[in-house]
Amino acid sequence: MVTNITNLGRSGLSDWLIQRVSAVVLAVYAVFMVAYLLFHPNLDYVTWSGLFSQTWMRIFSLLAFISMAAHAWVGLWTVSTDYLKHTGVRFAFQAVVIFAIFVFLVWGVQVLWGA
Amino acid sequence: MSNLQVSVYRYNPETDSAPYMQEFQIDTQGRDLMVLNVLTMIKDQDSSLAFRRSCREGVCGSDGMNMNGKNGLACVTAVSEVIKDNKLVLRPLPGLPVMRDLVVDMNLFYKQYERMQPYLQNDTAAPAIERLQSPEDRDKLDGLYECILCACCSTSCPSFWWNPDKFVGPAGLLQAYRFLADTRDNATQERLAELEDPFSLFRCRGIMNCVAVCPKGLNPTRAIGKIREMLLSNAT
Repeated sequence: MVTNITNLGRSGLSDWLIQRVSAVVLAVYAVFMVAYLLFHPNLDYVTWSGLFSQTWMRIFSLLAFISMAAHAWVGLWTVSTDYLKHTGVRFAFQAVVIFAIFVFLVWGVQVLWGA
Repeated sequence: MSNLQVSVYRYNPETDSAPYMQEFQIDTQGRDLMVLNVLTMIKDQDSSLAFRRSCREGVCGSDGMNMNGKNGLACVTAVSEVIKDNKLVLRPLPGLPVMRDLVVDMNLFYKQYERMQPYLQNDTAAPAIERLQSPEDRDKLDGLYECILCACCSTSCPSFWWNPDKFVGPAGLLQAYRFLADTRDNATQERLAELEDPFSLFRCRGIMNCVAVCPKGLNPTRAIGKIREMLLSNAT
């Protein structure tokens, strides 16, 4: 058993499951977005803001943002433990990634529910 | 033309400050030799060349090496299978420390194998003669027990290159599943607990280099998938 404290789920199994489930959510969200844009070739502000004013779209988007955050954490943590051999550099990279994920997530919530 | 150009990785830590490639010309007399035969002919030219070999028929697993970029056993790989532009390039297995020329230090590889406790564990009272298995249960071990530990798979795996101290590697994981799948073994929970962290098993990204190079045609990626399934059904 190899111990870790900076990966998302503290367990390889949970990280792996989170990675797979979040990938499905992101795929569904991406397909929906592409399809929506294809079906609305002359998209204007009113339609776009109308879409995001609906509760289901906000929940769907927040789910996608959280999935993106988890997916990025698991993925970039893995990259850092593969390629960054110096502990200080690796920890600094992980801290920056986690901080950025936090900022983007809060910002995303503000975009969805603000204005 | 039956002259074969061979480029061999040379490194003697006692005399060389850095590894280098040495060129040899081998007269094959038009025959398609096994790579190990070519190495023996080179050894006749330069007896200082070091490489491991034993059974010369793909059973012992001693002569795993990198031939024109692909790992395999030199004794069962024909020159025609790997040669590019009439040139044969021989290097040691990647990712492990080179002791000399084509000989690598396999300690990390064996340590990971040892960590998988590759022996039957059963704490129930032993029956009078032997622990019997049904033919169906025995069939579950096919494709798992045949591994000869040549290390071709683990040393072709980038996850093993980056974290050989933490990631068990395809060879060790194939053996882990060999005992997880064995109905006579009842240390399943302990074995699974050892593999649940983010490195030991989950560092496998499924690129299947191991499957592509295994000289015995085994499939460590499938075994890793089976262990994942066991971990998942155990924990959900």
